[in-house]
Amino acid sequence: MGTLMAFIILSAVTLVPAVVVVTSKNIVRSALSLVPTFLGITGLYVLLRAEFVAGIQVLIYAGAITVLILFVIMLTEGGTGVRVRQVNEQVPVGALVSAVLATLLIWVFLRTPWPQGPGTLPEHTAGQIGVTFLSSMVLVFEVTSLVLLISLVGAIIIARRER
Amino acid sequence: MLLVDWLYVAAFAITGLSLAGLSLALVWVLSPRAPYPQKRTTYESGIVPFGQAWAQFNIRYYLFGLVFVIFAVEVIYLYPWAIVFRQLGRFAFFEMLIFLVVLLVALAYAWRKGALEWI
Amino acid sequence: MNWWVEIAKAFLAAVGMFTFLAIVAAMFGVLLERKVGGWIQSRLGPKHVGPQGVLQTLADTIKLLQKEHITPRAADVLVFNTAPLIVTTAGLMGWLVIPFGTLWGKVLVVRDLNIGILFFAAMASMTVIGILAGGWASNNKYSLLGALRSASQMISYELPLGIALVAVAMEAGTLSTVGIVRAQDGWMGSFIFRQFPAFVIFLVAATAEVNRIPFDLPEAESELVAGYHSEYTGMRFSLFMLGEYAEMFAMAAMITTLFLGGWKGPLLPPILWFFLKMYLVVFFMMWVRWTYPRFRLDQLLNLSWKILLPAGLIWILISGYRITF
Repeated sequence: MGTLMAFIILSAVTLVPAVVVVTSKNIVRSALSLVPTFLGITGLYVLLRAEFVAGIQVLIYAGAITVLILFVIMLTEGGTGVRVRQVNEQVPVGALVSAVLATLLIWVFLRTPWPQGPGTLPEHTAGQIGVTFLSSMVLVFEVTSLVLLISLVGAIIIARRER
Repeated sequence: MLLVDWLYVAAFAITGLSLAGLSLALVWVLSPRAPYPQKRTTYESGIVPFGQAWAQFNIRYYLFGLVFVIFAVEVIYLYPWAIVFRQLGRFAFFEMLIFLVVLLVALAYAWRKGALEWI
Repeated sequence: MNWWVEIAKAFLAAVGMFTFLAIVAAMFGVLLERKVGGWIQSRLGPKHVGPQGVLQTLADTIKLLQKEHITPRAADVLVFNTAPLIVTTAGLMGWLVIPFGTLWGKVLVVRDLNIGILFFAAMASMTVIGILAGGWASNNKYSLLGALRSASQMISYELPLGIALVAVAMEAGTLSTVGIVRAQDGWMGSFIFRQFPAFVIFLVAATAEVNRIPFDLPEAESELVAGYHSEYTGMRFSLFMLGEYAEMFAMAAMITTLFLGGWKGPLLPPILWFFLKMYLVVFFMMWVRWTYPRFRLDQLLNLSWKILLPAGLIWILISGYRITF
């Protein structure tokens, strides 16, 4: 009961700013509206008992990605004060497509027989993630570092070219 | 218990926002309001403001932001390792050695390419 | 467990903490800052309101409450008003995981989260959003420049901060703040001894995170006329200040918890020890503020990216080696 209420509230916290993101006339406002969206998703992670992921969500998405997006926006030619329409004449078509997609997704979700096995949650999710990284997921863990290295190299090369 | 913990987190967030908002509302009741055009102009060392501040900014901020996001993600990977590596012995140490060396290579690359340079 | 009781307790704790911060961090903190500054510069500091001027900041608060809210015509009103709230709330949130001491066998902490120090770092990172939003919404050149500088500074120092936290987590084997204090046993058990480089990195990064001298470029009075809060008046300005002081005290409390053994100490009651250590760190930060000049932006970024970050990573390797073998 309490969980359901929390879920509804957190969904509203996630979705209402998300609508602002795609409808606001000013891009900085759009970017700032991402923050409550990310925080709402943090709450949803907590409801799923994924505490560590929730912490990461705040630190990386709300704290880092948003700042990066704001920095990118500050590069906008003509400045950030410009007011742009985010929607064009294709609104009805877009609405139709998204309605069909939503129906389809809900239908799939309802039809899929989700496996509901008995399982126990670890006391400390962070520790459990660490153990997994160091045992069965070793390769994934090490490859992650390479992926990050490559993304850094790529980012620097692309950003340099613009100058 | 986990959910109770985060109930407190939510309560802190709501209380922080609303008490701070309340103090602003209090000011709205208490303080005088006498706006006139000159008072509401943007401050610019006493001269009439020249254009808007919402202008195009430098790419250097963006470069630092990029490097920051990548390193922030890498630091996140250190946390789970840090709390369990004691129990897992040498293997865990060498695994992290590889991870950190790759990280240091990334830092050295960014350094070498001048992404950390503020010119 | 009764959820309504828990909700009521949670909100009571939050209101209590907010009041505590407004009085101890903001009002008393500002007074202390002015008194220490006066002492260091051989002057008296505030002297007239109340005995020895102790009521000065209370009087200032009452004054600020009566000041007019001036919103510049060019500003984005909604974002302009929200930004101080974000900064204040971010300053408050970090205190959730700080253990103040023990009383009758129970640890005095609002909530001992499993991911304690990660949560603290996450909340500290939220301040950037408030500052960027405030600086941008003012539509003032100094403000926006100050906000961008502040953001690039804070993100740069977040990394060494996080790495110092990882080093402590390695030593303690947990992310919970209470667990970290418990891990620091005995007289030489404080992590300041075993993790001295991490302590130095954390101290420097914490000073930079809260935008204090010598890292106060975002607010540099002499070049940016107070930076991101140039256009803020009255209570909205004081909310920024409240957030900043709450953050600074939170950093001092975190240093106490992570490196100085938290509430532990002989003879005196634990709570007293905690506050003693915390004020020692606060005093140190004030001492630095009134002693050193300001960095240049490139020096500041170099210190973070080319010294603290590599040093932190190498220190993690060294501690890992020491603990494993």
